[in-house]
Formats: sequence, structure tokens, C-alpha cells
Amino acid sequence: MIDSKKLDQNFKYEVAAEIGGTNITRCFACGTCSVCCPVREIDDKYNPRKIIRMVLLGMREHVLKSNFIWLCSTCCTCDDRCPQDVQLIKIMTALKNIAAREGHIHPFCKGQARLVSTFGRLYEVEDFDNKKRKRLGLPPVKKKFKEVTKLTKNLQFKEEIQ
Amino acid sequence: MKYALFLGCTISIREQNYEMAAREVAKKLEIEFDDLEDFSCCGFPIRSANAEVSLMIAARNLAIAADKGERICTLCNACTSVLTEANKELTNNKELREKINKELAKIDRKFKPGLEIKHFSRILYEDIGVDVIKKKIVNNLSRLKFSIHYGCHYFRPGDLYDYFEDTENLSSVEELVAATGAEVVDYKNKLDCCGGAILGVEQDIALSMAKRKLDSVIAKKVDALITICPFCSIMYENSQKKIETKFNVEYNLPVLYYPQILGLALGIDQEKLGFRLNKIKPYSLLENLKVVK
Repeated sequence: MIDSKKLDQNFKYEVAAEIGGTNITRCFACGTCSVCCPVREIDDKYNPRKIIRMVLLGMREHVLKSNFIWLCSTCCTCDDRCPQDVQLIKIMTALKNIAAREGHIHPFCKGQARLVSTFGRLYEVEDFDNKKRKRLGLPPVKKKFKEVTKLTKNLQFKEEIQ
Repeated sequence: MKYALFLGCTISIREQNYEMAAREVAKKLEIEFDDLEDFSCCGFPIRSANAEVSLMIAARNLAIAADKGERICTLCNACTSVLTEANKELTNNKELREKINKELAKIDRKFKPGLEIKHFSRILYEDIGVDVIKKKIVNNLSRLKFSIHYGCHYFRPGDLYDYFEDTENLSSVEELVAATGAEVVDYKNKLDCCGGAILGVEQDIALSMAKRKLDSVIAKKVDALITICPFCSIMYENSQKKIETKFNVEYNLPVLYYPQILGLALGIDQEKLGFRLNKIKPYSLLENLKVVK
């Protein structure tokens, strides 16, 4: 049951204001995205058409606190086939970004963000790694990128990730 | 032909066989790679947390290549997609470019429009060409059968890559594999995603996605599945044992990077192509080749 008193009519505009979120209001609910989604084929708790509908209806709390927005595998099949050019991948990113700012970031994505922020890489490079690379005839890689740490210092969920 | 080599995080630390083979193949085909030590993560892993910061990280990498006056060659599909997208958005959107450049100015970097970014497979296909590669084959792989997994971010979304190929009917990597003399075997869900991006979010779904493809490919009785992206390879090769245990199935299907088999066909020493780093050992396939020689 949807409680109309709990709906936030502005939510769709909030999403539209995020990077790449502009086209959300174009959706006419044809369902092409859900039909071709490889994640939904395995588990229909991820259903892109339904998520877009929920946003357009204004189910802000429900969407941002849900686990399903983190399940897009970014394969871009829906992006390619959407007749309205809604750009779903960017909209899912926008939803995740808003959720992250409000403290609902998925722990896996939080962990990845922390690594990139600290090291400028997805992995902490140890001496062992560069020794291995040398043995394989490959040049060493840099361990830390202070510039990236600087660029990421304004992450709005900073206190969350560090 | 000179490119700045953008390795990204995963290849340099976890999938060095891809890197080794790509470097050897490039040498053979006279593609020069420049290693720029300042290249960091592409920005992909932080996009879900904050798209703007991801854009800044991508733009920083692009600025580093532009300062050297070099084009970028990528090996990973995800890096290709994030860097191409940042390049396009910042080239076309002046307001966003100014905003990002304001941040980059704090670390003395500046994004400049007009850089070229290409995946290594695309360079082989478009800039070297299948015909040139064919002429250089010294070890014909005609005894081998391969199926190909492209990986989503190599070609989708089509408009990001200016539709360099028909996104519903791919052919470039198939043609590249066929150039080695090997037989290319098509299968029904070739365009499907490996699931790699959500492996850490919900492992069960990701493994089920990878399983569907392994099921189709194994039915074709090929010698190996060929990939061109480290994330996809991690799903099909590194996670294969996990899938076998979870679903009580058996595959033992080798998963190789395209430059590894191209390297074999070009006559490069097997030792230099990183096969011993493959988790599913392609020994019977390599034995089969010795007979051909």
C-alpha cells in the first residue's frame, strides 16, 4: 500500500538535478528496461521500471533506504534500448549518490570509496606486488596518489567512510 | 603508433597475465606503450558513492595524458567507459568542465578537450587491422575453438562510443580471434553481462549471472572463453570454482585474454604470455598447439 501523505512530489526534480538525471521524467513505463535487464532475470527485486515509477511517484524514503538501487550491474542494455533515452544507468547512479549523502551507502561501495580515497587505487599496493611485477618483467606501479586523496576530501559522506 | 598505457587497478595487481600478453603483442605489432606513473584509479569504483568525484578522478587522468600530448590505450572495459564518458561530458558541457577544472586547479591539473581514448582490442581492430594481423600469424590456431565474451563496457552504451559497432550484432573481437586461424563459436547470450559490478553487493546474483553464460559456452565444447576485460575474467575464471561448488556443476573451462591467444599465433614465447598466472590451467589447449607446430 502506498500512503500518498508520505510521498515527496519533488523527489523526481531532485533526481533530475543530479549529474545525468535530467531525463527521468521522460519515462512512459514501457518496460523495455525491465525486460532486457540481466539482473532482474535472476532476481526481480531489482526491477528498473518499478524503481523509476517509485521515484516519479515520490517514494523518496523507500527508494533511498532500499537495497535494490545498489543492484544495477551497469551493463547499459536498458540504456541502449530505452525508446525515451531515460538514461537509467545515470539515474541509478544519481539515486545511489543521494542515498550515500544521506548515510545509506552500501557497505561494499563505501569500502571501495575508502580505498580509492586513501590510496588512489582499488587495492593497497604492497612491496610484494611490485616485487611480483618485477619478476614478471613488468614496471612498478605507484602506491599512493596524494592528488586523488585531495580530490576526494570533499566527499559529503566523509565522516561515514573514514 | 604511440599510446599512454592506462592499466587501471585490477590488471596491474590481479591480472598481470593480460598485461604481459598485451605488452608483448603491442611490441610485435609496433605499438609503443608509454607508462605514465601518475595514472591512478580511473574513477569507476567511486561513481556509486559520488559521480562528481568520480568525474574529477577521471579528468585528472585525462589531464595527465593531455599534458604529455598522448592518446590513451586502455585494457579494462570499465576504465574505457569511465574515461570516455568523462572525456565526452567535459568536452561537451562547458559549465561542468569549468566546475571540475576549478577542483583540478587545486592540484595543478587541467582538463583539455580533444583526447583520444581507445580499448586495446579496438586499436588492434581499427588501427592495426585484421588483414595486417593475419599476415603476421606464424602459428595458426586452426585446431582450437573459442567463444567470445566482449563485456558490456567495451561497446555499450552505443552512443558513448559513437556506435563503432552494431551493439546488437557485434563482430570486431570475433574477427580478431578468427584472424588467429581459430574457429569462433557463437552462443545465445553473448551480449549478456558478467555480473562483475555487483559481485560485492550481492554475490548470489552475480554468480548466477556468470553461470548462465558458462552454461551456454560449455555446451558448445570450446577450448576456452576469450575475454578482453579483467572484471569479466574474474567472474568467469576466478569465480568458476565458486560457481561449480554452489550450483553443483563442473566446467573446468579455461578463460583466456585475447592478447594471450593472439600472442601464441604471432609466435611469441608462451612464457611471456602469462599462462601460468591463469587460474584454470589451459595446458591441454597448449599441448594441442605443440602438435600443430
